[in-house]
Amino acid sequence: MPALWITNARVIDPASKRNAVGDLFVDNGRIVSSLSAAAKKRAKKIDANGLVACPGLVDIHVHFREPGQTHKETIETGSRAAAAGGFTTVVCMPNTSPVADSAGTIQLIKDSIARTACIKVFPTGCITVGMKGQALAPIGSLKRAGVVAITDDGDCVQSNELMRRAVEYATMFDLPIMDHCQDHSMTAGAVMNEGIMSTRLGLRGWPNAAEDVIVSRNVILSTYTGAHIHMQHISSRNAVEILRRAKSRGVRVTAEATPHHIALTDSALATYDTHFKMNPPLRTEEDRLAIIEGLRDGTLDCLATDHAPHTDYEKDKEFDYAPNGILGLETALAVSIEILVRQQKFKLPHVIDLFTRKAAEIVKLPAGTLAEGTAADICLFDPDEKWTYDAKRGFSKSSNSPWHGQTLRGRVKTTICDGRIVFDNGRITAR
Amino acid sequence: MPWTRRHLITLEELSLAEIDQIHATAAAFKKILNRSVKKVPALRGKTIVNLFLEPSTRTRMAFDMAAKRLSADVISFDAASSSTTKGETLRDTAENIQALNADMIVIRHAASGSPRYLSNLLDIPVINAGDGAHEHPTQGLLDTFTMKEHLGSLKGRKIVILGDILFSRVARSNIHALTKMGANVTLVGPSTLVPHWFTDLGVEVSHDLKSALADAEVVMLLRIQHERQSSGHFPSLGEYTSMFGLNKTRASWLNPKAIIMHPGPINRGVEIDSDLADGERSVILEQVTNGIAVRMAVLYLCSGGQPENVITSD
Repeated sequence: MPALWITNARVIDPASKRNAVGDLFVDNGRIVSSLSAAAKKRAKKIDANGLVACPGLVDIHVHFREPGQTHKETIETGSRAAAAGGFTTVVCMPNTSPVADSAGTIQLIKDSIARTACIKVFPTGCITVGMKGQALAPIGSLKRAGVVAITDDGDCVQSNELMRRAVEYATMFDLPIMDHCQDHSMTAGAVMNEGIMSTRLGLRGWPNAAEDVIVSRNVILSTYTGAHIHMQHISSRNAVEILRRAKSRGVRVTAEATPHHIALTDSALATYDTHFKMNPPLRTEEDRLAIIEGLRDGTLDCLATDHAPHTDYEKDKEFDYAPNGILGLETALAVSIEILVRQQKFKLPHVIDLFTRKAAEIVKLPAGTLAEGTAADICLFDPDEKWTYDAKRGFSKSSNSPWHGQTLRGRVKTTICDGRIVFDNGRITAR
Repeated sequence: MPWTRRHLITLEELSLAEIDQIHATAAAFKKILNRSVKKVPALRGKTIVNLFLEPSTRTRMAFDMAAKRLSADVISFDAASSSTTKGETLRDTAENIQALNADMIVIRHAASGSPRYLSNLLDIPVINAGDGAHEHPTQGLLDTFTMKEHLGSLKGRKIVILGDILFSRVARSNIHALTKMGANVTLVGPSTLVPHWFTDLGVEVSHDLKSALADAEVVMLLRIQHERQSSGHFPSLGEYTSMFGLNKTRASWLNPKAIIMHPGPINRGVEIDSDLADGERSVILEQVTNGIAVRMAVLYLCSGGQPENVITSD
């Protein structure tokens, strides 16, 4: 593996408070402060003039569908989509077939990661057996098998007692618990946000109160047990406020927001396009702006995509019957820069922080920085380049993206993982 | 203005002029229904497929009758016997129907938005015969047609829709038509079934029956489904009837000339007292008859007919 000499990049690394034009050096897969004159001669030189160099992006919420749903995505295709989006570290959810509720399944996932992933992929395990919300999964064995968090993503644990025991038990292993906050009793049959749009469209509504109830529950349980509970994809303005108050009291809760919840609202559903159907659903403009404010003041800790591939034929259905979820990895950076930097006047380093250091911290991953001596995970992107996203020609196995065919601004040029160039100029260059 | 629309998916997207055109065409067709020979050759040689993926008797019979009065061939297709029970997708079912050279599809589906989805896929006209809780445009058209027969212009008229509005496609289609026609619409019922979101559609929302019915010229009742009781939308049918059921006393609050409407099927003794349903103010069966004329108009116009060319002679 050759040393790398990245020249004239605008190096932005919030973790080491770096934000200046300069060079970046990589040797033996690690970030180094300089190369010797001899090493410079041998190094592969990358001219990054006009580009931003930041830590490889970190996404703590993706669905790579392996094992069992490999018609939608695999660890190989998902990791390629991630690399193309500038991500070098992702955390995949356990709602596979079978669900990842045993050490054996985690081992299977890890084997596939070792064989096929072009970036770093970490598994999570289930909170409960079969993700059924009835009995605790073998959380200790899952930890030993290598999970970085536990979650019943998509099937929020409904029993407060079981959730209390789960978070209490998981603290023993220092494992964060990620929760998709949804009170099922309030969302039976629901397919979109409850409000004016659901009233017009005659679709069953999912009130944001059903998220608020569980976010509140989790704040209470975290307060009581001291456990770290991470709230996935916050979509409700009231939930943001609940978290804001909890954090001001020092409660150990964290939360993420998705690019789609900061970019889109339920008004996009007017034509019943299933590419705007996901869970939690797109909500109102008020919710969207509250989530952005949550990211601005740190109430929401990071961005995560909830990359959820489904095939064309699965999505091409009556709205009620289509599965929830959209792709996110290949568009996340461009969409977030558009909304947060161009429209909402965040500083670019702030947005990078939300995609790197802050995301990695939640799950305590060794990622998200360009500090000397750390793994050379680097994303080089042009923050202004316009490009048209063709989901059908993307790297994911599926193409269910609401941004298909749209011109986006901000394009990943090169992704480096452990010092190896894995994506470069539109191509995957690693296996 | 010529008629240009090929699909009828919602009343929300129709203009007032288009609604008037359908009503005028329906009035012309209605004359035929009282003759001894109740048939015109307008759609001779055309095949209409009734794709009813949710149970229906009244609407399906009315569409069937309307198509036959226009001399079209009709094929009816229902959920129980169809390949959708074998897992065929709606897209595949519809593309097969089109490949059989059908000229038009009338679709009833439990999933809101399905007729829109079909109309984006197919080259032939798609008529919405009710989709989930979204719209039931021909019902809205026949209801407003019936109101006009009794009241003339609906501009400024007070019209009350009473019952389960939340889950009602009939209510939504009527709301869109009536607001375009200038009526003052009030929705009444329990707060769980008449959420405040509806005010965004340009109507009043009320939970006080007396003030809502006061001087109304039309009251339209909607069927109360007992499933809503188990889902917690109201405590019991008995309580519903005691709070919102239409009886003689409450009917006396209406304008003396008011008409009572119901899209059917009626729950006698629940949302309406039996004698009111059969009483002289009730136009419930007129609605059914008008349903044929309105659907003839819709089938005729959407297959390329023009309002001024309606031939009412055999």
